Amino acid sequence: MTTVTETTTLTLDRADVWRRATEEPQWVRRLLIGTTLVFLALFLILPLIVVLYGAFEQGLKVWYAAITEPDAAASIRLTLLVVAIVVPINIVFGVAVAWAIAKFEFRGKTILISLIDMPFAISPVVVGLIFVILFGSQGWLGDWLNAHDLRIIYAVPGIVIVIAFGTLPFIARELIPLMQQQGKQEEEASLTLGASGWKTFWYVTLPNIKWGLLYGVILCNARAMGEFGAVAVVSGRIRGETNTMPLHIEVLYNEYMFTAAFAVSSLLTGLALVTIAIKSFIEWHEKRA
Amino acid sequence: MSNTAKAKSVIPGFNITMGFSLLYLTFIFLIPVGGLLLYTSLMSWDEFWRAVSHPQVVASYKLSFGASFIGASINLVFGFLAAWVLVRYQFPGKRLIDALIDLPFALPTAVAGIALVTLYASTGWVGQYFELFDIRIAYTQIGVVIALTYIGLPFVVRTVQPVLEDFESELEEASAALGASRLTTIRKVILPALLPALLTGFALAFARALGEYGSVVFISGNLPYATEITPLLIVAKAEQYDYNGAAAIGTVMLFAAFILLLVINFLQWWSSRRFSH
Repeated sequence: MTTVTETTTLTLDRADVWRRATEEPQWVRRLLIGTTLVFLALFLILPLIVVLYGAFEQGLKVWYAAITEPDAAASIRLTLLVVAIVVPINIVFGVAVAWAIAKFEFRGKTILISLIDMPFAISPVVVGLIFVILFGSQGWLGDWLNAHDLRIIYAVPGIVIVIAFGTLPFIARELIPLMQQQGKQEEEASLTLGASGWKTFWYVTLPNIKWGLLYGVILCNARAMGEFGAVAVVSGRIRGETNTMPLHIEVLYNEYMFTAAFAVSSLLTGLALVTIAIKSFIEWHEKRA
Repeated sequence: MSNTAKAKSVIPGFNITMGFSLLYLTFIFLIPVGGLLLYTSLMSWDEFWRAVSHPQVVASYKLSFGASFIGASINLVFGFLAAWVLVRYQFPGKRLIDALIDLPFALPTAVAGIALVTLYASTGWVGQYFELFDIRIAYTQIGVVIALTYIGLPFVVRTVQPVLEDFESELEEASAALGASRLTTIRKVILPALLPALLTGFALAFARALGEYGSVVFISGNLPYATEITPLLIVAKAEQYDYNGAAAIGTVMLFAAFILLLVINFLQWWSSRRFSH
């Protein structure tokens, strides 16, 4: 009897010593989890709540009126138009550049990859400035554009261009590592068996990259809709014409129309939450696969 | 077989994909950026120097670099903590919290800006408690730091998390078996392995904060010499058609971004090298 108890306490002691050396004590864990949660609540969750509270504080009717008011509706339409142009361009560019990089060997590949990353590092404000200098009325091509009655800055084309610049890396960056990792054996097999290049891409490559592509697209979409700094420089903030949703939010906020500003914000917040949800779903799906 | 594969790949489409990619990059990226650099290079040195060394501009550099550095440092500490807690511990709501980390990537900066200023204004949900101690956050430099911390939050977490997940627990066990205390193991075994990832996350958060505009302009109040960040000055000069001034300051920021990108590339190379053995 006694010997058995002794060995049990002994092993317990050892286990205890071992645990103490490889894990944190319970109170430390609780403290670390608590600190993290407080920090994240302050920085992530409270801003979310304050937007939704501000948007719906005065009821659904006021919220609905705020997002259907003509200038707000125009900003939503413009934002959707820009996304409808920019996202497809980025899909074509992302797939094309990832195909070239992943399936072929050539000189300067690393330089090309770093080049694609660069728009991430450049301040959105500098992006806007670059195109104002090129196309603005006082800019290099200003006189020529004026003479031909073309407007880029303070008009929709300028907004499309700066957003295309700012979101250039998103889809390419998702696809390049994915396609590099997948190699080219499957495509080679398909081609050797007589399938055409297009057929191979459509039936072999695309199914392999669809989740990565989807993730790139939703991220690109969220960033395109939310782009602010670059658009602020080139848009001119003409109400009902060149205000995208983020700029319309700024205008409303500066006119002390807080409820309306939060109402429009709530749409973009919903979009951000959906984006995150899809991302989590894709990650969960990939981990299971 | 490998010889024929080298000589001619069976995979088609190199010319068209490469051609389109280079053409697109050239027109949307290389020519415009080159245009800015050329524009600046056509200014006289005196004019350039006057624009970039004006006291108001210098004050904005100090705030932009300083606040970005503090914000990235806060993220270094709390990002490491969050990554640790998310990888090592179990608690309710963990998956939701993990997903929400990406919110600052997905939420438009203007929305973040008005949310933060509403929270941290002296009458706001958080700001009112600081007001009791006579601490103002909105419309001060603290507000700038808060906004820059917010937008940089995901970087350190997301760079450290995968490294921590792949970290071999044998190393920790060996250290423990050799008699090291838990704190010593964390300091001498775990932290050095995480160092490249931590620094990469820090540099990414710093680079993002340096160029940030949308989330800051609402909470900063934009007072010259006090709460005016450099990107705001660029916008103000561009709006006043002072293209030379804006281009000069923009070029300084562009070079800062390029240098940071080089640093980040080096850190990632270091990180992957450390990992491969």
